[in-house]
Formats: sequence, structure tokens, C-alpha cells
Amino acid sequence: MAKKILTEHINVPGIETFDVYRKQGGYTAVEKAIKTMTPEEVVEEAKKSGVRGRGGAGFPMGMKWGFLAKPEGVPRYLVCNADESEPGTFKDHHLMKSIPHLLIEGMIISSYALGANKSFIYVRGELMYVIRILEKAIEEAKAQGFLGKNILGSGYDLELVVQPGGGAYICGEETALLESLEGKRGNPRNKPPFPAVKGLYQSPTVVNNVESIANMSWIINNGGDAYAAIGVGRSTGTKLISASGHIQKPGVYEIELGVSVDEFLNSDEYCGGIRKGHYLKALVAGGSSVPILPANLITKTANGEDRLMTYESLSDGGFATGTMLGSGGFIVFDETACIVRNTWNFSRFYHHESCGQCSPCREGTGWMEKVLHRIEHGHGSMHDVDLLVDISKKIEGNTICPLGDAAAWPVASAIRHFRDEFVWHITNPHEATQPGAVYRGEMELA
Amino acid sequence: MEDIKSQLIKITFDGIEVEVEPGTTIMQAARKIAEADESQAALVPPAMCYYKPLNSSGGKCRACLVKVAQGSAKDPRPMPKLVPSCITQVQEGMVVENTINQGVLDTRKSIVEFLLINHPLDCPICDQAGECHLQDFAFEHGSVKTRYEEERRTFDKIDIGPHVQLHMTRCILCYRCVYTADQITNKRVHGVMNRGDASEISTYIEKAIDNDFSGNVIDVCPVGALTDKTFRFKQRVWFTKPEDAHRDCDKCCGKVTLWYRGDEVLRVTARKNTWGEVNDFICNTCRFEKKKTIDWVLEGPTKVKRSSVISANKYRADLVKKPDFALKLAASQFKPIDDSRAYETDEETIRQQSIENNDKANHRSLLAKNN
Repeated sequence: MAKKILTEHINVPGIETFDVYRKQGGYTAVEKAIKTMTPEEVVEEAKKSGVRGRGGAGFPMGMKWGFLAKPEGVPRYLVCNADESEPGTFKDHHLMKSIPHLLIEGMIISSYALGANKSFIYVRGELMYVIRILEKAIEEAKAQGFLGKNILGSGYDLELVVQPGGGAYICGEETALLESLEGKRGNPRNKPPFPAVKGLYQSPTVVNNVESIANMSWIINNGGDAYAAIGVGRSTGTKLISASGHIQKPGVYEIELGVSVDEFLNSDEYCGGIRKGHYLKALVAGGSSVPILPANLITKTANGEDRLMTYESLSDGGFATGTMLGSGGFIVFDETACIVRNTWNFSRFYHHESCGQCSPCREGTGWMEKVLHRIEHGHGSMHDVDLLVDISKKIEGNTICPLGDAAAWPVASAIRHFRDEFVWHITNPHEATQPGAVYRGEMELA
Repeated sequence: MEDIKSQLIKITFDGIEVEVEPGTTIMQAARKIAEADESQAALVPPAMCYYKPLNSSGGKCRACLVKVAQGSAKDPRPMPKLVPSCITQVQEGMVVENTINQGVLDTRKSIVEFLLINHPLDCPICDQAGECHLQDFAFEHGSVKTRYEEERRTFDKIDIGPHVQLHMTRCILCYRCVYTADQITNKRVHGVMNRGDASEISTYIEKAIDNDFSGNVIDVCPVGALTDKTFRFKQRVWFTKPEDAHRDCDKCCGKVTLWYRGDEVLRVTARKNTWGEVNDFICNTCRFEKKKTIDWVLEGPTKVKRSSVISANKYRADLVKKPDFALKLAASQFKPIDDSRAYETDEETIRQQSIENNDKANHRSLLAKNN
């Protein structure tokens, strides 16, 4: 059995309550950090652990904390990004509803390390029941002296606020999240200045993902070095993967970074393999925004080595043969899946969710979606395929925030690896638009 | 003086070295080069959303993206992505590529294409013709044809106040009017509604823009989306003659440009600088209610670039200096032209093709609606 850091106690009955969580060793890390460590020592442990941002970008969390400006007389804020809403990613949601005190404990430790006296958990508005669970847990922690004024008699104060989000995907982008938190329209800000210098209410702010923060109690209890010993290379620790699609056992799994993609996909401990009688066609490894991979590139890297569930191994070979670990949204497609329809579906999402602030994203996402709609519905022309590639190139890297990239990559990679399927849709419109029609390759067509 | 000199930052912009003050943006550095030497005006990146008098404007249209080939003398690595020159501050030793970088020019061409997706090319009837920043941008950086075949969005014209008409069809969502209302009026009653390509400028329910400085949103609009109801369709801009004038005003500076046709003042606007930005915002009294010469103290003809369409018919054609950059661009585009295609001069063939294309587009639009 692989090491469990976040989900070790997740199935204990009543773990969402303070008493049960406490009996399982909960809040001991808060006691240790606040009573025996300085904030700088907590930051140092985070750096030693090598834990990387679990929201998708994978930036080292300790290093991000180190960038926080500390001007005199200005408050600092910690904001937990719980606006998870990318298609295929649902691990933060699972963690918050099942074991809310783990996140709250992490928030207390992280806020203490950063010198923040008011912290926010920005939760996607649709998850109202999760918001209620978190609020209840905060009340319990406050009643036990772990939140509020003078925590554990240390003189350290922390107010923790749960803020429902606006229900827009773009509000998961850190600067749009801060705008939304300030009560404004959730439009991303131009960077610089970065939130670490001017964030919430123009004050230095750190924005971290739920899973990243939830790791902190284990890191404090066991030490950063112990955390860094788990995993492979710069991909340290464990990672929650939300697996969905055509697999035997969809769900949320905690893996040690470094397990092979093949093992994760096929072993009974995790996904349990492709559903019976079918074979693997494609995989999206890190949520809908990362490039899709065809079956022949899934288990081996560009060098012919086993592809591992790590930041480095999954991106090996760049976008030509690799993809990204992203947020860990592991979506599996067997041969019954239509790549064109799936790409159009993803594109529809990004078109709908673009904030509309910058012109390449506002106009480009809509344009791609409309061309894909045409192809999927049997009205495409041959030059549309190259047109899509060109539009995606013009969006990528030219937008204010990464939503443009997120919209462009799935389209560009689907055409890179499954161009035949797009061409088949265009050349066989009557066949392609039949219910359940899927391109199965030239051999089977013949 | 020595101290100021020692604080200056030296950067290289398209091979030209320039010294600027700390905190200057790349755009401002380029403008400084052009202000020192007018023949270098084409070096300045185009700006659709950036407007210097308005705080926080810029970074949205992406028209001014440039390549930073060297971040600074300390860190000579190039920046991985193109950066918006209007909001990116210079650093000592920075090397910027604009017109000499093909990637930048290609991206700029694509930005024109994106902006023209939902902006109609109705220049022959649009009141902004001759003063339209997008028209200039498309002429200098765009392509002669579009690849967009889908249905475009359209809106009805609406009066959003006693003096201002909004034609959302032409809006490119530069946010300038929103910043103007935010920063120079007491209460903003309009903003951006919806998101993505469904975004639109709109007033809040049953609100009208009727404050004393509302007319300034017309001046800052780079396209013909916000127009002056007292001037619409009165005259084309190149048939009018601009004169600088001033009056004592208790609300604003009172420094304006009067636009004459014969002896009649057709329009009053704020004065603008070389880059088309308002120097001082003016009040509605000066703009809409003072349209007689007797109301003003005339200062003389407004200086207008000879290359501007406003100068049309006012100078000898052989004296008008054509922009160097447009020629350079035309020359660079000449090579890729595919001359192997049959040259169609038959009007009937062209007409037929046009009908077929329209039918095709209508068919797609119907199918899209049905689906």
C-alpha cells in the first residue's frame, strides 16, 4: 500500500467532526508549530518538503511563501483557492467535504508562517453544502481555541473566513479570485505586480490550493525532509488524482508521486483498468486544460522509459509527446470516445468561461468553439483543421491569464495526435454525425 | 541634474538606444524615441485599450505586445512570452524588439483579425471613420481578408444618455469608457455585462449617463461605438476644419478643439496629444452647449499630422509624407502572394461567388440555430 498523507483517516466515521479528527491526531501540528516553532522555521519546513502547488501550476510552495513582501504596518493575507471547477478535476471538493479539519489545520499553520491574521477559503459557489461543512468545522475549531484571538495562549490571532465564489471558472485564476474576493467582477489582473507584493486589498497575499495547504499538518508533524523523501526527484510527496472516464473504478486516489501511469491506470489499487471489452484510446492526465495523449504515448516517455505520475515524466518530450500533471484530473477514453466531440465539448467550456477581458481569449475561444461545432455537426471543410491549429497558436501565450493557454492546448493537441479523426469527420459528414459515431481508424473502416 | 542623469535607465528598442526615467513603460520609451524623431513614429506599438490619462488602462487588447529579447543587464535571459508594452516597465539593459521581430508582427496581425471578428467594417457609414484607431491599426498591421465565416453578433443602437449613443456592434471592449466614468465622474452608471464574447457595455437597469462629464466617453472610444448625438451624420471628419479655442469655464479647463464646416461649429471635442489621447477632459457644457464662435476665444488651426485623413484635401499630395512602416509591411507581404491563381475580372463570376458565399453563411447560421 502506498503512503497516505491526506487520506489516511478519510474513511474514519465522523472524521468531519472536531472530536474524531482530534482523536486521530488532528491539530497536533498546530500545537507544535505555534508553541515550538517560529514562523520562519515553518516556512523553512515547507521549503525543505519541496511540496509543489497542487492547483495545476506546480510551483514550489515554500518558494512562493518566500516571495511574500513584509512591509511594516500592512496586513498580509493567505487565501485558499478552493474554486476547483476544471472538467475532470474534483479532488479538492472530496477533501473538503470528507475531512474539513485537515484544511483548517493547514490554514492555521500556513497563516502563522506567513504572519496573516485574517485568511480566506474561497470556495466555488455551487458547493454550498461544502461551505456549510467548512463553516461548521471552523466554529468547532474556534470553540476549542484553535482559531480566533490568542490561539493556544500564544498571542497569535487568526480569523478564518469561508467565502462563496461567483461560480465562474476564471475565478480560480489567482488574481481573478482576489478581484472576486474584493467584491468586483472576477477579471484577472495584469502581472506584475504579483499577489505576493500587491494582492488582496493591495496587500501582500499568498494564494494556495486546498491540497497544497492540507499537506502542511503532516509536514510539520513529520518534518519537511520526511515529506521530500516520498516521491521522485523534484516531484515530492503524494498527490490526489481524480480519475474518471472509461475505467473500472472512477474516484479520488492518493498516489505517491512516481508511481507509473501504467500501474495507476491498470492496478486494482487505483483505476482497475479500462472497462471490460474495450481498449485504451486516449488520456487527459491533468484536467481538461492539459494536452491529450494517444494510447501509444501514455505509458512510455520520449526516451522509451516508463512514464511516471510526476511533473517531469508526464511532460517529457514537451507537448510533442508529453502532457502535464496539472491538477490531477485523470480522464480516460476508450475506443468508443469521439475525440472531435470531446474537443468541441472542452472548447465549449472554455468559450463559456472566458472573462472576455483580452481580445485573443474573448474572440479566439469563441471562434475555435464555432469551428469545432461545424466539424462535429458535419459542416466542416478541410482548411478548418489548419485554421484551428493557427487560432490556438495565436491565443497561446498572448492572453492576460492562462485561460487562453488552457483553451488552446486541448484543441492543438487533439489535432496533433488525432488529425485523422478530424479529417474523417469532414470527409464523412453523414457517417460522422450519426448517434454514437466514432472514428476507429483506417483499418476498421476498410 | 547629475543625479537625475545617473538614475536614467538605458534600453534598446528596435536597435535604438534610449534613456528613460525609472518606472517608464516600454510604450512610453518608444513614444519618447518618436517624439525626438518624428520619422520613427512607426516604431511605437499600437494601443487600442491603453490610454495614458486613465489609470490602470492597458494590457487588455494585446495590440501592443512586444518581444523582450533581453530582460535586463543583470538577467539577460529573454522573456518567454510576448509582453504588453503599455504596462511593462523597463529595466536597465533591456532589449526590446517590435517592428524587427516577425513573431510580434504575426501576433499583431492576428490581434487585428480577432478584433475584427465582431467589429463590422462599416467605415463608409461609421461616424468614427477618419478618427478610428482600429481602422489605422488594421490598415497598418492587418490582413486584407478574414478567415472568419461564422455569424457575427449585432446589436440595436441605444441612447445611453441625452448626449451619447451606443452602438455595441462596433465596440471592441477596450474598457476605456468604463475607466473614464470611474475616474472623472462621481457615479459610474455603466459597465461591462456578461463575459467572454457575450460581453457588452451597458448601463445599469433604467440608468442613463447624464453627468456633467459624460461626453468624454465619446472622446476615449477608439472606434465608433460611442458617438456624439449632436454630431452624428452631420459631416465627415475630413470635410471639417479643426481650430483650437478656449473659454472660461467653471467646471473644466475650457480648452477645446472646434470642428468647423464653413462658419458653423459642428462639433466640440477635447484637445488630444500626438497619440490621440485627451490632454484635459472637458465638461458637457463646453462640448454640447457652446457651438457658436462667439462663445470661444480662437487660438488658431489645430496641428494635424499631414498623414492624417483629417488633412485630406488641405495639403498638396506631393508634400504628404507616406508612412514608412506601411510600405515596409506591404513589401514584406508582397512575396507570399500566390500569383498562380486565376485572375478573375469577370464581374458576373465575382457576383455569383458572393451570392454563393452568402448562401453558405446563411445556411450555417440556420444550422447553428437549429442545433
